[in-house]
Amino acid sequence: MISHEKIEKNLGLLIVLTILIVSVGGLVQIVPLFFQTSTTTAVAGLTPYTALQLSGRDIYIREGCVGCHSQMVRPFRAETERYGHYSVAGEFIYDRPFLWGSKRTGPDLQRVGGRYSDNWHYVHLMNPRDVVPESNMPAYPWLDRPLVDYAIQKKMRTLNLVGHGYSEEDIESAPGELEGKTEMDAVIAYLQVLGTHAPKN
Amino acid sequence: MSDFTHGFWPIYISVITLVSIIGTWIFLRSQTTRKLAPGEKAELMEHTWDGDLQDLNNPLPRWWLGLFYGTLVFALAYLVLWPGLGNYAGVLKWTQIGEYEAEVKAAEAKFQPVYAGFQQQDIVTVAANPEAQAIGRNLFLTYCSQCHGSNAAGSKGYPNLTDSDWLYGGDPETIKATLINGRSGMMPAMGEALGTNGTKEVANYVLSLSGRPHDAGLAAAGKPKFGENCAACHMPDGTGMQAMGAPNLTDNVWLHGGSEAAIIESIAKGRNGVMPNIDQTLGTTSNKEAKLHLLTAYVYGLGGGQAPVPEEAAAAEATTGADAATSEPAPAQN
Repeated sequence: MISHEKIEKNLGLLIVLTILIVSVGGLVQIVPLFFQTSTTTAVAGLTPYTALQLSGRDIYIREGCVGCHSQMVRPFRAETERYGHYSVAGEFIYDRPFLWGSKRTGPDLQRVGGRYSDNWHYVHLMNPRDVVPESNMPAYPWLDRPLVDYAIQKKMRTLNLVGHGYSEEDIESAPGELEGKTEMDAVIAYLQVLGTHAPKN
Repeated sequence: MSDFTHGFWPIYISVITLVSIIGTWIFLRSQTTRKLAPGEKAELMEHTWDGDLQDLNNPLPRWWLGLFYGTLVFALAYLVLWPGLGNYAGVLKWTQIGEYEAEVKAAEAKFQPVYAGFQQQDIVTVAANPEAQAIGRNLFLTYCSQCHGSNAAGSKGYPNLTDSDWLYGGDPETIKATLINGRSGMMPAMGEALGTNGTKEVANYVLSLSGRPHDAGLAAAGKPKFGENCAACHMPDGTGMQAMGAPNLTDNVWLHGGSEAAIIESIAKGRNGVMPNIDQTLGTTSNKEAKLHLLTAYVYGLGGGQAPVPEEAAAAEATTGADAATSEPAPAQN
């Protein structure tokens, strides 16, 4: 057997042994996730984000919404009573990157789709205090400006590389779908689709 | 977790996990220097720094070494009790969802009797019960306060539930129906039909209905236009129609603002009021029926609740049609 003296004096050997040990966790816990049905198959009805939703999602990322809002209903009663069915892996198939978040200054948003009207979201994003006087969420009035997303087709093609399956027609019509929309419209379209394919039990 | 795409994966996980634990154990043993006998000096390492600084190859303190072995024992015990090795479910048969379901079941066993008791009572009785109202308040804060406010006083575009002004009706059955089905109130945009001047005239007439400051000349000009364009829903006298959710314009309660500018905006652009239905608010939560009952009672008990419609009257309403829903008989239209 090699003595610790030998390991400590031989940097290459030390590196190899260290990598061996720390890679076990990843090999055992991460790699098999790519070979499980529940983590690789979309839940029933889930489709890739439309062009408008996809743009809205990028604005959601740009504005840092994920810093205060999680998108992950954990399987605890306190959460399912408030938000609805707990999240399952198959809901996030088209989330690249996923926006699970890890901080809830505001509520979880994974089940927000359909819960409020478009108008509520508009008023709320313009100034949250108008509908929720106790809210400490910042206002996002600048979202009420024309949506400019030159890269939308490129984004869709890139997502196709990892299997989002946008058709050539989807990609062709994308810029048209964004025409005349505001950033607010895009964010609301994105919020309104969140969690709408939650398991119904 | 038996949803691996191939039988290889459970074996892959088990083998790597066990080999790593056993391998670490062997490696740890091979690196352990024996305990020094009393009085024995540890081996002196060959390097000398700064002239005279040398270090001794002392063995690890035994308690410390024990911690390393402890983690290995912990890992093995964990893998026996809990899932970790491929498809092996563990002696305890623990699953995340199983734990969640047990939690829900325990809560239901606790709350079901409370809910069941209230569910057998009618809304008016439940509304008078302080305990039920306390539960109702919690439910309201969770599911309704985002639009109607934590004090239920609403905000611009979202109705105040504490007054006696109701868009669709404040009796228990109507409140419950609103909660179950949601509501979608749609006032069409009249700006193009009325023109800028016409809109201003009608707005002044609407202001006059509730005695707010207005321009009498404009109001007079707006009156016939109101009759032509607005009376079908708001009724010729402006008292509204609950069957359509058309607000009463004479009571000085303003959902979207009562200034001339706000009224002009309402007329010109129209208004859309959406109340989500029960699936959107209560979703898949447990005890939905009971929660609905308690929420109805809470809203009913907020101060504006109206006496339940007696059964005969309800039957009569069903036969005479929706018009009977308005509280006052509408004057004939000319």
